[in-house]
Amino acid sequence: MSTVEEAERNASRMKELSAWGRLKVNRNWLAIWFMLPAAAFLLLFLAWPLLLGVWLSFTDTRLARPGKFIGFENYEWLWDDSVFWLSVFNTLLYTIVASIIKFVVGLYLALLLNRHMPFKAMIRSIVLIPFIVPTVLSAIAFWWIYDSQFSIISWSLKQMGLINQNIDFLGDGNLARASLIFANVWRGVPFVAITLLAGLQTVSPSLYEAATLDGASAWQRFRFVTYPLLTPIIAVVMTFSVLFTFTDFQLIWAMTRGGPANATHLMATLSYSRGILSGQLGEGSAIATAMIPFLLAAIMFSWFGLQRRKWQQGENND
Amino acid sequence: MASVQIRDVRKSFGDVEILHGVSVPIEDGQFVVLVGPSGCGKSTLLRMLAGLENITAGTISIGGRVVNNVHPKERDIAMVFQNYALYPHMTVAKNMGFSLMLRGESKSEIDTRVKKAAQILGLMPLLERYPRQLSGGQRQRVAMGRAIVREPQVFLFDEPLSNLDAKLRVAMRTEMKELHQRLKTTTVYVTHDQIEAMTLGDKIVVMHDGVIEQVGAPLELYDKPANQFVAGFIGSPAMNFLNGKLKANGSAYVETEQGHKLPLKSMPQGESGRDVVYGIRPEHFELGEGGLPAEVVVVEPTGSETQVVARIGNQEVIAVFRERQNLKPGDKISLRPRADTAHLFAKDSGKRI
Ligand SMILES: Nc1ncnc2c1ncn2[C@@H]1O[C@H](COP(=O)(O)OP(=O)(O)OP(=O)(O)O)[C@@H](O)[C@H]1O
Ligand SMILES: [Mg+2]
Repeated sequence: MSTVEEAERNASRMKELSAWGRLKVNRNWLAIWFMLPAAAFLLLFLAWPLLLGVWLSFTDTRLARPGKFIGFENYEWLWDDSVFWLSVFNTLLYTIVASIIKFVVGLYLALLLNRHMPFKAMIRSIVLIPFIVPTVLSAIAFWWIYDSQFSIISWSLKQMGLINQNIDFLGDGNLARASLIFANVWRGVPFVAITLLAGLQTVSPSLYEAATLDGASAWQRFRFVTYPLLTPIIAVVMTFSVLFTFTDFQLIWAMTRGGPANATHLMATLSYSRGILSGQLGEGSAIATAMIPFLLAAIMFSWFGLQRRKWQQGENND
Repeated sequence: MASVQIRDVRKSFGDVEILHGVSVPIEDGQFVVLVGPSGCGKSTLLRMLAGLENITAGTISIGGRVVNNVHPKERDIAMVFQNYALYPHMTVAKNMGFSLMLRGESKSEIDTRVKKAAQILGLMPLLERYPRQLSGGQRQRVAMGRAIVREPQVFLFDEPLSNLDAKLRVAMRTEMKELHQRLKTTTVYVTHDQIEAMTLGDKIVVMHDGVIEQVGAPLELYDKPANQFVAGFIGSPAMNFLNGKLKANGSAYVETEQGHKLPLKSMPQGESGRDVVYGIRPEHFELGEGGLPAEVVVVEPTGSETQVVARIGNQEVIAVFRERQNLKPGDKISLRPRADTAHLFAKDSGKRI
């Protein structure tokens, strides 16, 4: 049998295949088939709880008691709730201050680690330690460090004769805020530093050499070469950092539970304490749902930050 | 513009010495080519000139000033890197104007100078593009443009054409030469391609394993290679080397192990019977009676000439003929070296006799 005949027969057989059969082999459909398990997983474990949470926020559900739809009542309550607004303020303060410090310190560390120095590999692993330690463990450690009786900081300062009374780190509102921010920064810096370091290492050293010969000082090399080349990865790492900080719960809960006098209540901790501890699931969900617009804004911000990087894309390549 | 003096320069990375005392005088406006096989230390020497590597010993001076301890940015040199090192986030115009911007020149001044350089290099239509959007040849030109807008004392080029295809390389070679004739800026150019070296340089420095083998004008190196290394490195296809003993019997000749006689123009100094290497370039073979009996192995016609690989005894040699030859593998031919073009090297030291 000639190969031409064979090919023709194959072609006609292809035509005879049912629509379903073709769906099974079509290239574009194939992609969907492959994605389906992952998509189902995401829907089941991400989208569904999210939707459920949003739905709960429109009901007066309590723990162990089904509620009914009450429209925006939960939100109206929150609107007039000064503790809620305090938690919004705290969350924004916590996120903004901690993120800025994490960015600055992380970038500084990354630049430092990117230089040639002895024991480079070891120092890099040491930097990662705060990131590896379980959050609760580091929270407990900080709790001790900040303890009103046994704080090592107070003790050291007293030994040096700088103060003569223990500092009550977690007892005073603003001091507690600062202490928590410090703990969060300590935990978050390694992630920022290591990610930025990875970004720094993709920058070709010959670019720095070229810039040096072009007459750039160290600061100018950073300002005109390193920083612009790093912006895409900065956008990504800072988005993650902001999201993590904004939704932080463990650290706060383990150290202050929102105290003293709600001074360190974040939206996440308030949502938990109202929803689970007080059993007002509907209200807790409303607080959690109120976080969504902030998070979306953060994502959009970095998304558009990333979009402008025209030089990265091979567009108009000819 | 300035002269450059490299005096007895050494370079070590840790315990390993890479450059073992290198001296090159470069006159104002000269086009000097550093050439040598891969790993011989050309780039290292160039980077030391630029100030990107420190100098282990010896001195380098630019325009009469010793620059050993002068920061790269104060040396007033421009360098074109092998990978071009264009700033990916800047347009062509920004790339070219970067050094002027850092120097604090006014916007209009930067603009005119960038435009002027762009005109010379034919980059006008590309000024607003990003490096990603350029072809290899265009990137190479931008890298050159970035160097020339600065009007530096010295240009340094590190294998700037090695990433281009053969045809573009030849075109860019001509452009580089034109550019140099126009700007007359002192230039140090690194390459491992001896043809590039021959065609571009006023002066060629042949390096090998961290030492200089010979310095001279292109044709000087071709006609009078100082040693066997230079003889084999300069010229393509490479020079043929035949071992033998120096003999004088009425006229001078070199006798190979098989007893073939290789003619010499005159008897060089040195006793008869000395071990020597007889060097003959492929283009200096003639076909004709009274030569070395050889068997054709491969015939490679290039159109303008014919390359013939032939076997004399157990050694292969290459001959190039301008005329077309009707030869087939297996043909027996007689290859006659032209006595006046033969080179002689001492067997032990490789030095020219
Ligand atoms: N930073 C360094 N540390 C250690 N050794 C180095 C370093 N830079 C270069 N070398 C060594 O110095 C020698 C010369 O290197 P160089 O780059 O100058 O060679 P080259 O002549 O430019 O070769 P090519 O034609 O391949 O570019 C090489 O053996 C290389 O391994
Ligand atoms: Mg090199």
